[in-house]
Amino acid sequence: MLETALKGRQGYWGLLIFLLALMGVGFVSYLYQFSEGLRITGMSRDVSWGFYIGQLTYFVGIAAGGVMVVLPCYLHDYKAFGRITILGEFLAVASVVMCGLFVIVDLGNLPRMLNIMIYPNPTSILFWDMIVLNVYMLLNIIIGWNVLSAERKGVHYQKWVKVLIYISIPWAFSIHTVTAFLYAGIPGRHYWLTAIMAARFLSSAFASGPALLILLCLIVRKVSNFDPGKEQIRTLGGIVAYAFILNMFFLLLELFTAFYSQIPGHMHSFDYLFGLEGHGSVLAPWMWASIGFAVVALVLLIVPATRRREDTLAVGCAAVIASTWIDKGFGLVIGGFIPNPFGRVFEYWPTTPEVLISVGVWATGFFILTVLYKIVISVKEEVGA
Amino acid sequence: MGLDRREFLKVAGLAGLLGLGGKAAIDMFAPGELEASMETIPLTEGKRWAMVIDVHKIDETIIKKCVEACHREHNVPDLASKKEEIKWIWKEDYEHSFPERHHEYVGEDVEHGSFLLLCNHCSNPPCCRVCPTKATWQREDGIVMMDQHRCIGCRFCMAACPFGARSFNWGDPRRVLEDEKLKELNPGYPTNQDYPTRSKGVVEKCTFCAERLAKGQLPACVEAANTVKKDALVFGDLDEPDSNVRAVLRNHYTIRRKPELGTNPNVFYIV
Amino acid sequence: MYDGGKIITGLIIGIGLLMAPFFYNAGKAAKAPEPELTAKAKEAKQCVMEKAYMTSSHFSLLDDWRNTVVRDGERYYTAKSGKVFYKSLQMTCLDCHSNKSKFCDQCHDYVGVDPYCWDCHIEPKEKK
Ligand code: SF4
Ligand code: SF4
Ligand code: SF4
Repeated sequence: MLETALKGRQGYWGLLIFLLALMGVGFVSYLYQFSEGLRITGMSRDVSWGFYIGQLTYFVGIAAGGVMVVLPCYLHDYKAFGRITILGEFLAVASVVMCGLFVIVDLGNLPRMLNIMIYPNPTSILFWDMIVLNVYMLLNIIIGWNVLSAERKGVHYQKWVKVLIYISIPWAFSIHTVTAFLYAGIPGRHYWLTAIMAARFLSSAFASGPALLILLCLIVRKVSNFDPGKEQIRTLGGIVAYAFILNMFFLLLELFTAFYSQIPGHMHSFDYLFGLEGHGSVLAPWMWASIGFAVVALVLLIVPATRRREDTLAVGCAAVIASTWIDKGFGLVIGGFIPNPFGRVFEYWPTTPEVLISVGVWATGFFILTVLYKIVISVKEEVGA
Repeated sequence: MGLDRREFLKVAGLAGLLGLGGKAAIDMFAPGELEASMETIPLTEGKRWAMVIDVHKIDETIIKKCVEACHREHNVPDLASKKEEIKWIWKEDYEHSFPERHHEYVGEDVEHGSFLLLCNHCSNPPCCRVCPTKATWQREDGIVMMDQHRCIGCRFCMAACPFGARSFNWGDPRRVLEDEKLKELNPGYPTNQDYPTRSKGVVEKCTFCAERLAKGQLPACVEAANTVKKDALVFGDLDEPDSNVRAVLRNHYTIRRKPELGTNPNVFYIV
Repeated sequence: MYDGGKIITGLIIGIGLLMAPFFYNAGKAAKAPEPELTAKAKEAKQCVMEKAYMTSSHFSLLDDWRNTVVRDGERYYTAKSGKVFYKSLQMTCLDCHSNKSKFCDQCHDYVGVDPYCWDCHIEPKEKK
């Protein structure tokens, strides 16, 4: 099947070359970081995790979000999604690759990375996160590849693949739960120390993953003869709407607890993130933008007329992605570090090399996604789906 | 005051005080004899090292001495950058040492008093819990150690430490030797030829001077403080009912940083 | 797979390229440099282990030392002769072998290894 990725139109190759160029830029920036150390990033003694770990968290969400097509299809026998589960699975594969790369570029001492395996520490959530993410990626590669091969040959996939599919569903929940535990179990970081962290993560994942999938479906329909389907996109739209409403509801719960209890530790990070402290905050405009996008998304997703029209749905989905990306890929990690353990505010902003490296990682993820989707499209066109 | 320890340590410690290195101290023993005496050195005896800092006794001079002693002893450079700062022990005011205790009517002497902060060598250390490689772990004597050979620089421990006790080498600390400005700030770096520096990409922090304890010496900061004022800093074993630290804790009201988080810090402050 | 042949050819070419440096160096073997001993080292006669072991496996010993010292707090090593050594690269090994460039680097360069010991451990000042 791999050979189908080697035959494509000009646009396909153009996109790949463009992504390769970005990967090149990212790689060169990484070499610079590798020789100079992480001092070329904006991270500091006080804000010791930044953009990289934020992006890791966000893309774990996208990866987990793929399960929102698999679950209805296999657990609720919603046949229509059978057509696009493969898109969800391959999106998960590309996302997990990005997660892995974001961890790698964040390490201070990459050559020793294998120490995680050589001297594993079972009480470390990072250790478990690595395991669940890798297994999830493998599951999706195996499932996706076998289901697609079977479809191409016009046969039903084998029984054992079904077993893996059933495993992959709770596994998707596990990857984002474990990722939430990276944060939610740390004493003294009040912004993170919340029992609904995992629930918030899952709700935002189940909104942003399918939202990205909708946009990808629309693109696939435009550039190929394979139509993911009107009904499929509409159902996904409903899922995004529910998940995103839940996500915003959870945020309100957090705000209530913090501001009704008036416990300083619980309020501080919110105060900082939204610039309520008096002294300005570099993040405040972004956090307010996230709220703005959320309002747009809520309106477009809740009003049935706009949710059912594909163009307004697309705008709504883009707004969901923007809102959750800022909230999780940025605010979440940094908010945990500000104020610092001494109650001081030391701000963080990513540097240019840091952003270029991140661009390189995204480009790698989208490169893989493009190739995988190209294979899917070729197969689907071949069998005339 | 001092360490109530075994005969061997006294001898070795004496040698240490006389300025002889660990090796020289060892040469004073015949082969075999040392082996036997080493067995009694308690790493496996469930000890619990602790420090008591008497805030009434320390002043700017003592604080400065302590910080200098530690940072010189362990080759901790001054990088002239808030962002990349590396510190094992440092001065902090009351409000930021105990943010949750602060109120606006606190007395002048406390408000403007200076505290010495360092790793608390918590008995229930979250930093060790989260480390994916056990590069930071708790020894049986309670010391929370760092293994810079193993650290992968993930900085999970920095996120997990609620006391800001950990520093990361964002760059190569040895650039101090090249950069003109930094060279001036760090005369003689590396100041202790018998102790390593660090490399870029690893985390570091106070080790309760594990390498000195092994030779029967007090931590460098404690030693430095006590040359100025006796018992300003007291170091000893909490596990032993009649140790120096236990006596001090019995006789004074002490507080610890953020005890509500359950990490069980082993650095106490007499206020 | 339709293009299995092509893929395999590609793989072989790829591996060949990766191996190129080895082939390039093959047959160019220069004579291995002999580590030079300082007067102090000569006088001691016996290192912590036999010479053959030290030549071939000193890194295993050092690895064991660093682990037992840092992690287990075992700071002393008893040699077969009964002599006790303080386990320290900086303070013990290089106390004798203070000529790092001739004792360590020469060989390391020859076999193309670059141990990161010296990123942290301080090299002895050598008289030029
Ligand atoms: S003070 Fe911080 S670094 Fe030290 S033991 Fe406690 S949690 Fe760990
Ligand atoms: S930075 Fe080093 S010590 Fe800290 S958690 Fe990671 S591996 Fe462990
Ligand atoms: S105990 Fe030792 S390492 Fe810790 S602050 Fe004091 S001198 Fe520094």
